[in-house]
Amino acid sequence: MTGRTKTIHVDTLARVEGEGSLYIKLEGERVADVKLKIYEPPRMFEAFMRGRHFSEAADITARICGICPIAYQMSAIHAIERALGIRIDPAVRLLRRLFYCGEWIESHTLHVYMLHAPDFLGYADVIAMARDHREVVEKALRLKKIGNRIVQLLGGREIHPISAAVGGFHRVPTKQQVRELVPDLEWALQASLDSVQWTSTLEFPNFEQDYEFVALKHPGEYPFNEGRLVSSGGLDIDAAEYEDHFQELHVKHSNALHSVIRGRGSYLVGPMARFNLNFDKLPAVAQEAAAKAGLRAPVKNPFRSIVVRAVELVFACAEALRVIKEYAPPPAPRVDAPHRAGSGQAITEAPRGILYHRYSLDDNGLILSAKIIPPTSQNQRRIEDDLREYAAQVAAWPLDEATWKCEQAIRNYDPCISCATHFLKLHVDRI
Amino acid sequence: MSSEKKKPRIAVFKFASCDGCQLSLLDAEDELLAVVGAVEIAYFPEASRTMLKGPYDVGLVEGSIITHTDAERIQQIRRQCKTLITIGACATAGGIQALRNWKDVDEFIRVVYATPQYVSTLKLSTPIAEHVPVDFELRGCPINKLQLVELISATLAGRKPNIPTYSVCMECKRKANVCIAVAHGIACLGPVTQAGCGALCPSYDRGCYGCYGPMETPNTGSLTEQFRILGQSNDQIQRAFRGFNAWAWQFRQASEECQRK
Repeated sequence: MTGRTKTIHVDTLARVEGEGSLYIKLEGERVADVKLKIYEPPRMFEAFMRGRHFSEAADITARICGICPIAYQMSAIHAIERALGIRIDPAVRLLRRLFYCGEWIESHTLHVYMLHAPDFLGYADVIAMARDHREVVEKALRLKKIGNRIVQLLGGREIHPISAAVGGFHRVPTKQQVRELVPDLEWALQASLDSVQWTSTLEFPNFEQDYEFVALKHPGEYPFNEGRLVSSGGLDIDAAEYEDHFQELHVKHSNALHSVIRGRGSYLVGPMARFNLNFDKLPAVAQEAAAKAGLRAPVKNPFRSIVVRAVELVFACAEALRVIKEYAPPPAPRVDAPHRAGSGQAITEAPRGILYHRYSLDDNGLILSAKIIPPTSQNQRRIEDDLREYAAQVAAWPLDEATWKCEQAIRNYDPCISCATHFLKLHVDRI
Repeated sequence: MSSEKKKPRIAVFKFASCDGCQLSLLDAEDELLAVVGAVEIAYFPEASRTMLKGPYDVGLVEGSIITHTDAERIQQIRRQCKTLITIGACATAGGIQALRNWKDVDEFIRVVYATPQYVSTLKLSTPIAEHVPVDFELRGCPINKLQLVELISATLAGRKPNIPTYSVCMECKRKANVCIAVAHGIACLGPVTQAGCGALCPSYDRGCYGCYGPMETPNTGSLTEQFRILGQSNDQIQRAFRGFNAWAWQFRQASEECQRK
């Protein structure tokens, strides 16, 4: 023992979705090793999707993640629609945006208030936080519930909704039904504005990194289901070209595959990437809230992602209200899906970042092969890169404080480990 | 205060799963603060950094067993929990990942992972009750959050939970849904599937796909015949039974029957 080597070790990472651990080895102030271990057992969706009918893909892939099932449904459905050459009704397109607004509101509220905020305020969890900040937590629960209410209306239930289908929905709501969401959403818009203000008053460590941000970009709107994949490093591609530019690596310490941009390395997906690459597409109300909170694109401090998430809450509420105003039910809930051999790729913006799906289908509509690349496996290497820099900053701190801060640095990414396994455990080794 | 000390200790454990069932607890927005006020959340990593050691009064277990480590971990957990409750299709029936049970797992690993030797997993995905005695199984993919709140309340009060084991058909009748199988010839697993979802799919004009697993006395043979009359092929019928509760024995038997034909 040198007496100068320390390890930060977190066996079970808390307030993340799924199972992972962290291991950091410090030699004095130098970070010798960082491993974000994902021991969540592998469920191997891509393998058992083979031989299933394309109509089952949305239901099956939703089960990859209970937090963002809609993202899985949307990526699966859009990829299959591309394979089959299906054009959806404009009203269905609107409804899918509304559906995604619901998931963003529910998922972002969960992360901002219940998983991430306790770190900033020094609480072990939201339950302890509620003892001192009851009003904040009650408001958050109501906001989350409103997101869930949208999902429930369009999808039947919050977790693993049942209505989204290739070509449209099994059943679409009436104009009256979506209009009934308006009073709740008006309240939610105000609560989201308050969330931007509230999160901006938290304390942020001085920590900025040079990231390559990757997100969808659409000419007319803040992205959900459509657009080209762009990056701050000059990438500008169609979803069909994704695998030419990105590569998945299998590392020994993780059941989640690491993604890299070929020839360049790690990159960042999620709210910060979307905000930085699409700021001009945010509605005025969200842009103004961001400006008031002192948030200017490009945001490079990952701890500030909590404020960016709150800005996206404002967007999601405003967008939901816009969609509701425009919506009139389509002539049919869905268009017919023909059986036709082919393959299709799609990328949509899950709350945590881009989610890529590719399917090859035979002429009976059966899946020949499937590929799914979730946002957390794309961020995984970037999280390790952050930790390598950040752990050095906190190396001299008492072990328990350093450990907590490193956990917080991971939670900046709202990691979803259940998704990534096809995916996480924290050990910090201090030597 | 001494009443504080007597609060029952609850723990939430996760195995192979999507996290959706434990999220149901956080999704019970109206009940959450009341529930956490009545109990001590001693171990719930998805929600808290505080991870207290057992023993626990009630353990909620999500997920199925698919690794050697997890097969050992569930034994330790059982020893620490006075009452052990499994929640969701993964924990009660092996989940969608039980589709591996009919395939060669090594081949599956090769499909997903570049370096198969890094991956350690069991050949079968199995429910918790195949490993340890379980006090109550709460069905569903995902579970119904109101049933979860009812189950926790009943367990704490020491009474039997009010959780029906009849079929989805009962829920359709209660909602006055027109039967989609009879009226529109849509293949529907409702007659053999346990209630709990509120007959969601039929209410959205699609057939039930079996999220809550087999009802208490399912006549899968008769439903298989009915599916054939509706023009479903053996492959289609087999896929219908091989969903999120594929490894529940009644559904397993039904799907294997199709394979033999």
